[in-house]
Amino acid sequence: MMAFLKLLFRNRLAAMGAVVLSIIVLLVLLTPFLPLHDPDVTATADRFKRPFTDGHLLGTDHLGRDLLSRLLWGTRLSLAVGFAAAVIAAFIGSAIGITAGYFGGRIDNIFMRGVDMLMAFPYILLALAIVAALGPGLMNALIAVAAVNIPFFARNIRGITVGLAGREFIDAARLAGMGHTRIIVTELLPNVLPVIIIAMSTTVGWMILETAGLSFLGLGSQPPQADLGSMLGEARSALISHPHTSIVPGIMIFLIVMSINLLGDGVRDALDPRLRSGALSRPLPTTLVSRKQPVPDATDDLLAIQQLETQFHVGKRIYKAVGGVSLAVRPGECLGIIGESGSGKSVTALSVMGLVASPPGVITGGAVRFQGEDLVGASYETLRRKRGDRVAYIFQDPLSTLHPLYKIGDQLAEAIRSHHKLSRADARSRAIQLLKDVRIPNAESRVDDFPHEMSGGMRQRVGIAMALANDPDVIIADEPTTALDVTVQAQILSLLDDLRRDRGLAIIFITHDFGVVAQLCDRMAVMYAGRIVEEGPTDSVLRHPLHPYSKRLIECVPELGQGRRKLAAIPGLPPVVDDLPPGCAFAPRCPKAQSTCREGDVGLDRAGRRAVRCLYPEETLEVAAS
Amino acid sequence: MTALKVQNLAKTFATKKTLFRRSQGGVRAVCPVSFSVESGETLGVVGESGCGKSTLARMLVGLLEPSEGTIEINGKALDNADPAEFGKLIQYVFQDPNSSLNPRKNIRQIMESPLKRLHKMPRAERDARIREIFDSVNLREEFLERYPHEFSGGQAQRIGIARALAADPQIIILDEPVSALDVSVQAQVLNLLARLKAEFGLTYLFITHDLAVVEAVSDRIMVLYFGSVVEVGKAEKIFASPRHPYTKLLADSAPVVGRPLTAPEQKGTELPDPLNPPPGCAFAGRCPRATEHCRTIEPVLQSMGEDQFAACHHPIEAREG
Repeated sequence: MMAFLKLLFRNRLAAMGAVVLSIIVLLVLLTPFLPLHDPDVTATADRFKRPFTDGHLLGTDHLGRDLLSRLLWGTRLSLAVGFAAAVIAAFIGSAIGITAGYFGGRIDNIFMRGVDMLMAFPYILLALAIVAALGPGLMNALIAVAAVNIPFFARNIRGITVGLAGREFIDAARLAGMGHTRIIVTELLPNVLPVIIIAMSTTVGWMILETAGLSFLGLGSQPPQADLGSMLGEARSALISHPHTSIVPGIMIFLIVMSINLLGDGVRDALDPRLRSGALSRPLPTTLVSRKQPVPDATDDLLAIQQLETQFHVGKRIYKAVGGVSLAVRPGECLGIIGESGSGKSVTALSVMGLVASPPGVITGGAVRFQGEDLVGASYETLRRKRGDRVAYIFQDPLSTLHPLYKIGDQLAEAIRSHHKLSRADARSRAIQLLKDVRIPNAESRVDDFPHEMSGGMRQRVGIAMALANDPDVIIADEPTTALDVTVQAQILSLLDDLRRDRGLAIIFITHDFGVVAQLCDRMAVMYAGRIVEEGPTDSVLRHPLHPYSKRLIECVPELGQGRRKLAAIPGLPPVVDDLPPGCAFAPRCPKAQSTCREGDVGLDRAGRRAVRCLYPEETLEVAAS
Repeated sequence: MTALKVQNLAKTFATKKTLFRRSQGGVRAVCPVSFSVESGETLGVVGESGCGKSTLARMLVGLLEPSEGTIEINGKALDNADPAEFGKLIQYVFQDPNSSLNPRKNIRQIMESPLKRLHKMPRAERDARIREIFDSVNLREEFLERYPHEFSGGQAQRIGIARALAADPQIIILDEPVSALDVSVQAQVLNLLARLKAEFGLTYLFITHDLAVVEAVSDRIMVLYFGSVVEVGKAEKIFASPRHPYTKLLADSAPVVGRPLTAPEQKGTELPDPLNPPPGCAFAGRCPRATEHCRTIEPVLQSMGEDQFAACHHPIEAREG
């Protein structure tokens, strides 16, 4: 709640709206206790007195009634009617929306078509018709305004409910024995409530205007009762001769509606989770760089990640996602990076081409060298030319990386044409050739498919084809087969293996699956809490893991062909990278940990092709390396 | 004793009606399947995406009404699809632990509802029971006042398991309970499930796509393809000596340390179209052993000796030993 208010008042305009609105509401609440004239007593002798005459601060109207008194009483009435209409519309509209969204099918159809019919009439016509049927009067105006606004709530809330009703916690509630009413009230409603409040806060102002409109036409409040609309209506005839009688209620309407709308927008921005998470702040085209230490010297590797440090700065917290990672690949080599979620493996991969979202991501140290050239801190244009051309990515979910509205052939052609000058026809034939390279059957006809027309395995082939489009030197594959079925995974893996042998591609393959690493990769690195804890040739690491974490992680994973058994588990949870323990990050979960493990930094010891970051490795490094 | 007996259970989803056209036919998600699970047994169900395993599971707990067929629990038929009726006998653990917990309720409210609604337990008894369950799934009691977003995946899944246990069911359907978890946490949850089963005498139906996991936890395994059971057998034998070519394809595709990388299937094959299913065996289009006979006549499940059943006209010969 405090966080919400803080967020709300950081928005200056919303704060201003809140202040104006609270002054008005306070005045209106105090109206019965203020020493005011009776708003309805006429005194024709005093008619049309100018503002600031004694006894009448805002002057008098055409019947000599005190304008200040009428204004406050009128505002009181208008606010009450507008707010009541909003509550009624929100209640009925939300009830319709939730019921339609939850039950779906026929009920949804009937309810929503009814709402559509209500929406088909121009709102003012509908309101006039309702008032005409019920007769003029403030109460009937209230009913009309509420009815006119029901569709807005019903449609809004139905949309949200449909999304929620498919969630698993609704199924869980049914299995816990709850009936439909109870599920709607106790499971759905609390999740929909913020949306209802947002919708209300943005429409109250509108409803006050509509009520005023009806009163202005003489269909709302009846004389002598004052509300803002009828005050304007009565003052209309004296608009030229005595403008103050219409300016006074006019300014009040303006102030109320403006302050409510500003506040409503502020409430929406503060409550909406998408806006709160910073979706509106567009990330920069490249990751921010602020390196304090000197940049490491160039090496002759194809792609070398050197002492890379990437952090996320969220508020006051600093998440050290990558804490000094060094890796290198040569042409034709496949390097596997293995780790659990939060180990920093994906952030390492994205840092290579400056693709980590900034804010909040910042590269705070190290270098990434492609053929000796440092890419960290390189200009956007340099990076853009290399992205997809020299270094390409394959992501986990091809459905979310392919554009749903373009044919895959066009997307492939675009990937080629953004780096090479090529005619449309040539790009298309190259796209077909690429689809053939990734063994998509009937490439000539499938080139015109949309992503949704393909199966998951086929889509991932398109993802690979796109990565191959410009004959890159390095492909970074971030869990490319995790979302696929095993039979499809086997096909994709053998495809990648063939490609790197035929084309001399270097692949950095990120995964959590030891089986995949063992089959595809020459070398592997194990990551834990943003650092590499072990590195070496795949066979050697899998057969003789040196770090207690690698050893236990391998034991955790059930392997096919061993039958039913108890699995070895690692106790505890991986650490959160904004609060890493001193010394070895694995020490709290490690059975071999000594007090020395919890002091000081543990370095990566290297011997031959093996490396390990542990004071008490499972075997001595030199033995394993030989 | 047979805990769960399913006969000819099938589900067909009607295709959408358009304004001018009546719905014609529908999508066969689950073809008639029959199987039974013994009390205290773990039956593993494997299959790839789209094979109907989740539809089957949702029918078993009453979240979906079957198009045909019957479900019997402890010899008693459950014919109305009222989840509350099913809830006391059979419970469900969801794949995504975070989406299965209502974000606006604290853990105590989540744990209380099955006790209140299904067992009408008074307050004092409820508190004692929740404490007891939390103890057995290794969760601390102070978690009860917290909200779901404060938990890691592994903890949230343990809360999901605790909620299923609270209903005091005999059978628990585990729908991919560990596939959203990290490997080090996955082993913790699997071991917990094994312990709970022994402690409470539970019967499990374990649905997953991970062959290694299903082999490690199951007594028997049922392989689904395109809505039908293609093979059932003992966990230790079914992948070691598969009789159905699809089971063999699955076993050969799983990445295993120390096995060289080969594509067991060279063709770029896709699953058959559920709107327009092929006649005969659904696997025939991908099968190296398929003949004309397979493409016309649908095979039925037949005994392949020693508790192993396969639906295939040309089964793979049993391996010696």
